[in-house]
Amino acid sequence: MRSPLVPEMATQEVQLNETLSHLKTESETLKTKLEEERAKLHDVELHQVAEKVDGLGQFVMKTRRTLKGHGNKVLCMDWCKDKRRIVSSSQDGKVIVWDAFTTNKEHAVTMPCTWVMACAYAPSGCAVACGGLDNKCSVYPLSLDKNENLAAKKKSVAMHTNYLSACSFTNSDMQILTSSGDGTCALWDVESGQLLQSFHGHAADVLCLDLAPSETGNTFVSGGCDKKANVWDMRSGQCIQSFETHESDINSVRYYPSGDAFASGSDDATCRLYDLRADREVAIYSKESIIFGVSSVDFSLSGRLLFGGYNDYTINVWDVLKGTRVSILFGHENRVSTLRVSPDGTAFCSGSWDHTLRVWA
Amino acid sequence: MSGSSNLVAMKKVVQQLRFEASINRVKVSQAAADLQQFCMQNAMQDPLLTGVSSSTNPFRPQKVCSFL
Repeated sequence: MRSPLVPEMATQEVQLNETLSHLKTESETLKTKLEEERAKLHDVELHQVAEKVDGLGQFVMKTRRTLKGHGNKVLCMDWCKDKRRIVSSSQDGKVIVWDAFTTNKEHAVTMPCTWVMACAYAPSGCAVACGGLDNKCSVYPLSLDKNENLAAKKKSVAMHTNYLSACSFTNSDMQILTSSGDGTCALWDVESGQLLQSFHGHAADVLCLDLAPSETGNTFVSGGCDKKANVWDMRSGQCIQSFETHESDINSVRYYPSGDAFASGSDDATCRLYDLRADREVAIYSKESIIFGVSSVDFSLSGRLLFGGYNDYTINVWDVLKGTRVSILFGHENRVSTLRVSPDGTAFCSGSWDHTLRVWA
Repeated sequence: MSGSSNLVAMKKVVQQLRFEASINRVKVSQAAADLQQFCMQNAMQDPLLTGVSSSTNPFRPQKVCSFL
C-alpha cells in the first residue's frame, strides 16, 4: 500500500538537498573569498620588515636548576606569579609544587588518575588546578601546613567527556578555562563548578589553550588535532578567527606579549606566528634538520625570542622577527613536553619525559 | 532525519564563514612593523634577551656562603 504522504516527503527531500547544495556552494565561495582577502594584504614577509634590525649575538643559556622527584614523565608545568614557585604534573599521577630557587618540594598531591596532562597555578598563589585522564579539572588549595592532606580539600570543577588537555585560571582564582580531548573548551566557575560558557568549533581533540594578556580583552586561543588554531570570545562563546596552516596536530599555543599575535608549535616540526590584525600566518620557524614535533612554545618578555621544546629532546631558541634559530639547548634525556618562561622573564622552565624539570637562564 | 541536521550544521558553517570573512584586516607590513616596534621598545626589559648579570638574576650562580 502506498502512503499518500510519500510524494510530499519526496518533494521536501529534494528541497532539502537543494538548500544543502546551495549552502555548500556558498561555503566554498566564502572560503575562497577569505583566502583572497587575506592574500590581498600579504604585501611583505615579517623577516623582510625586520632586515634592518640588529641580529642577536651568542646566547649563553644553561640549566641552572634541575628539579628531580617525579617518578615518571613530566607532562605539564606552570609558574606561580611569585616567580619562584612551580607546579608540575606527571604520568605517575603526582602533582608537585617546587621552590625553584632552592629546588625544595613544598607540596605533593597524588591524583586518582595517571597521566595528569594539565596543571596550572592560581593567580593568588594559593591553589593549583590539575587534571588529565580523569576527564576533570580539580582545584587544590595549598596549605601552609605541610602535614595537611591536600587531597582532602580537593574541589572538582570541570567535567569533560574525554581527557583534560590543558587548563588555565583566568585573571582571578574564581574561573578556570579548560580544553579537552572531547573537542571543546569550557569556562567554569570554581566555587560552584558551574559551566559558564562552552566553546565548540574544533573538529577533533583540543590540545592546548592560552589566554590573551589581560590588557587585550576577553579572548583566548586554542589549538587542536584538527590542525586549527581558533581565537574565541570568552563572553559569547563565538570563534572569532581561525587559522589552518599547520600540517599536523597543534600541541601548544602562546600569545605574543602585546596580544596582537600568537605562536603555535606542532607535530609538523614547525612553530608558526599568526598575526591577529593581519588575520594570517606571518612567520614559520623551521629547519630541514628539525624533523621532530614541537610540544611546547613560549616567548621571552619582549617577544623577540621564541623558545620551543621538541620531541628530539632539544630546545630551540628562535629570533621571532628574523625567523632564524639563535640557539639550541641540550640537556634533557627524553622529549621536552612542556616549557614556560617565568613571569618576570628571568628564566624559563622545561619539563621532560626524562622525569625532570630544568630551569634555564 | 539526518537531512535536516546536516542542514543545521551547514547553516552554522556558512554563518561562521560569513562572520570571519567580514572582519577588518590590516596589511602585513603594518602588522609586522607593530610587532617589531613592540620588541624594540621592550628589549631592554627582557632579561633572557639582554643576559641579566648574576647579581640581579636569582637563578644565575651566586657567590657561595660557607659556614664558619
